[in-house]
Amino acid sequence: MRVRITFSKQGPLRFIGHLDLHRLWERAMRRAGLPIAYSQGFHPQPKISLAAALPLGFSSRGEVLDVRLNEELTVTDISTRLQESLPPDIKIIDVQSVDERLPALQTQVLSAAYNVHLTEAIDGSELTRRVETLMNSESLLRERRGKSYDLRPLIEMLSVITEANGKVWLKMTLASREGATGRPEEVLSALGIEADTTRVERTRLIFQA
Amino acid sequence: MFGMLTPEQIENKLDRILLKVQKPGRYVGGELNSVHKDWDKVTTRVALVFPDIYDIGVSNVGLKILYDQVNQREDALAERAYAPWLDMEPLLREHGIPLYALESKQPLACFDLIGFSLPYETLYTNTLNILDLAGIPVRSEERDDTHPIVIAGGHSTNNPEPMHAFIDAFVIGEGEEVIHEIIDVVKKWKAERNNPLSAFRREDALRELTKLQGVYVPRFYHTSYMEDGTVAAIEPTISEAPKVIHKRIVAKLPPPPTKFLVPNIDIVHNRVSVEIMRGCTRGCRFCQAGMITRPVRERSVEEVVAAADEAVRATGFEELALLSLSSSDYTYIKDLVDAISKRFEGRKLTVSLPSLRIESVSVDLMEKLKQHRSGGFTLAPEAASERMRRIINKFIPDEDIINTTREIYSRGWTTIKLYFMIGHPSETLEDVQAIADLCKRVIAEGRKVAGWKVKLNAGVSTFVPKPQTPFQWVSSDTRESILEKQALLKRELFKDKSIKLSWTNPDDSLVESWLSRGDRRIADVIYTAWKNGARFDAWEEGRKFETWMAAFAEHGLDHSFYTHRQRRTDEVFPWEHITAAVRKNFLFQDFRMSLEGQIRVDCRLNCFACGILPTFANLRRENPGEGWKCPEVKTPARKMEVELPLVGD
Repeated sequence: MRVRITFSKQGPLRFIGHLDLHRLWERAMRRAGLPIAYSQGFHPQPKISLAAALPLGFSSRGEVLDVRLNEELTVTDISTRLQESLPPDIKIIDVQSVDERLPALQTQVLSAAYNVHLTEAIDGSELTRRVETLMNSESLLRERRGKSYDLRPLIEMLSVITEANGKVWLKMTLASREGATGRPEEVLSALGIEADTTRVERTRLIFQA
Repeated sequence: MFGMLTPEQIENKLDRILLKVQKPGRYVGGELNSVHKDWDKVTTRVALVFPDIYDIGVSNVGLKILYDQVNQREDALAERAYAPWLDMEPLLREHGIPLYALESKQPLACFDLIGFSLPYETLYTNTLNILDLAGIPVRSEERDDTHPIVIAGGHSTNNPEPMHAFIDAFVIGEGEEVIHEIIDVVKKWKAERNNPLSAFRREDALRELTKLQGVYVPRFYHTSYMEDGTVAAIEPTISEAPKVIHKRIVAKLPPPPTKFLVPNIDIVHNRVSVEIMRGCTRGCRFCQAGMITRPVRERSVEEVVAAADEAVRATGFEELALLSLSSSDYTYIKDLVDAISKRFEGRKLTVSLPSLRIESVSVDLMEKLKQHRSGGFTLAPEAASERMRRIINKFIPDEDIINTTREIYSRGWTTIKLYFMIGHPSETLEDVQAIADLCKRVIAEGRKVAGWKVKLNAGVSTFVPKPQTPFQWVSSDTRESILEKQALLKRELFKDKSIKLSWTNPDDSLVESWLSRGDRRIADVIYTAWKNGARFDAWEEGRKFETWMAAFAEHGLDHSFYTHRQRRTDEVFPWEHITAAVRKNFLFQDFRMSLEGQIRVDCRLNCFACGILPTFANLRRENPGEGWKCPEVKTPARKMEVELPLVGD
């Protein structure tokens, strides 16, 4: 069966990278005694795929993976067994059985939503003005790893939230397709905000219907 | 240097720097099976420190045993810390973040007891650095009642003197039991130091510690020197301190740990380790572990299999290592391998069985474990000429090596790793040539049975004489001689693409050499070298040979006095007051036999009265049977110091 798991990644596990997270899941599933399917060949690999790499340092409330199992189990059973085997900073949010024939999970991601908390005080109205200027521009050429690209079309939504207590933070949705992935730290940099004065959380991944 | 920060303040500061370092996962904890106790609900807080990077330290079995021992107590907690890597240290200093424990993020300075594991000498500068990063005075004499008590244990403490100025108390030998006795003293000190009516202070706690068997408190000893710079005498300065500190052992190995930490990042040994046996009866003369971990004690097959199963379930690890100094000598090795392969059949688990004897039975054992052939098969002949094999007391005829390696290749392994050492006492270029010749012969014979795909990795390290061994009297080989021997090997073996040669940098061996057999005066050299930037001495990235040379010069000492001097037969060693219970005259006799090329057989076959039984006669008497591999003691109990007639003597 093919199982889709939505989970959160918080606390110290924010500093665990993509490959390490992959291995963490493999071990958790083994501890839970789930019958993971393995690829054929000389070095069999467990059939686990993560939807989209989460940058180091970001927490998340909506990571998604697909795993193939050799036996049919109930989603409740899978969920209970896994939660007991996971480190405390990964929590299962949802487990679903999905159609085996669906295309690979990574190819179905369209975009990703983020909340950005600012750890240093900032002038809310000035920030709002900068966000408006950015969103009103046609294009925003930036350079990353020596290559020039247009960041503007990758930003689907960007807004400043001002809470009743005066706390200001940002919400954004960025494209997350193969070859067209918007990075939150690039948007922050375009707004003149230093990445190390922020705490970013991915709130959800948006998939093709 | 640092004010006391709260765990929250430390976490907030860390947030600003973690993305600037390689592998931030080293510094955040959160591993499965780590133990998080309520900080305020225990009286004694212990920080266990492995002073190398996380990637190496987190899988250390010794600290894992102590972590379990302490955390089983209601009244204590144990947390962990490791050495921050070279990229992290400047950021910690710049941002004023004191070194903290991974579980609670409490600063190390807030703990009551800090326990360092010192399995190898090249961790000494890191130990100083960790104390400094924690804001704890590096020198023992500068600490007061507001600072934790700092202890250290591990193989390198068999000569504690180079570190005497920095460590309050050393544990000699095995820590499982004595850690509890130490905690009890620390607990008392903690209660009394806040009591204005009590006069019990840090110094008194350290005095109490001297009464525990296996504990050495260097401040209560005085060393005097002869005119030639060698030690004249080491004497206790208080009546409580014993003249000689005997190592501590446990009579019976306690149940092995099973809830291993599962790191969230990739580390060096991603595996469950179960110790099947402690000690070794082979008596290889270069091997410190073989001399200092006696007597041999074995666990039962049932206990090992049950622990392995439980540990694999608790961790999900892909690999199981069955640890010992010499797997082939474990009495029931065939039964164990059968039981393990049966228990784990069909599960995706790699089982490793290190230190196998060079014989075809070893190939059968590995085959039964269904080892991935890709991993290679490791054997350690250590020397390649008959003369040298007699000198080091590891006598394996060439024919056994050739027959075994041929068997390994023919059964499908394409890579064999052979470990050798150069720099053994009285070694000549002919002995080194024999290593090259043997490697070529192994490959040539391998090709006959398995074709051109066969490969050989020859790891040739440099021998460093260690305290408490038959070679404690000999000089380390000189840099020039080592370079010449390495050049010979490179010249001989580089031509063949099937042979991969690796070797040790001679500078690294020299640093290890003076740290291993140094006296109290080396402490100042370590301090100065550390102050001037030496750390991670076992790492290429940390290599600071010139810094060490400058430190020797600053203190008017000559490193060759410690490294390249054949020691007098009547010399008082800096570690004369420390004993691993193998008598000095036994070691000397063995050294003499080595000079004459005489072999001593496995001491399971014939007890050579090394000194273990007289020291631990009571423990042996209380634990009869085959758990120990020493002869039984049936004579009535007497005082420990009295030597007993030995069975088989």
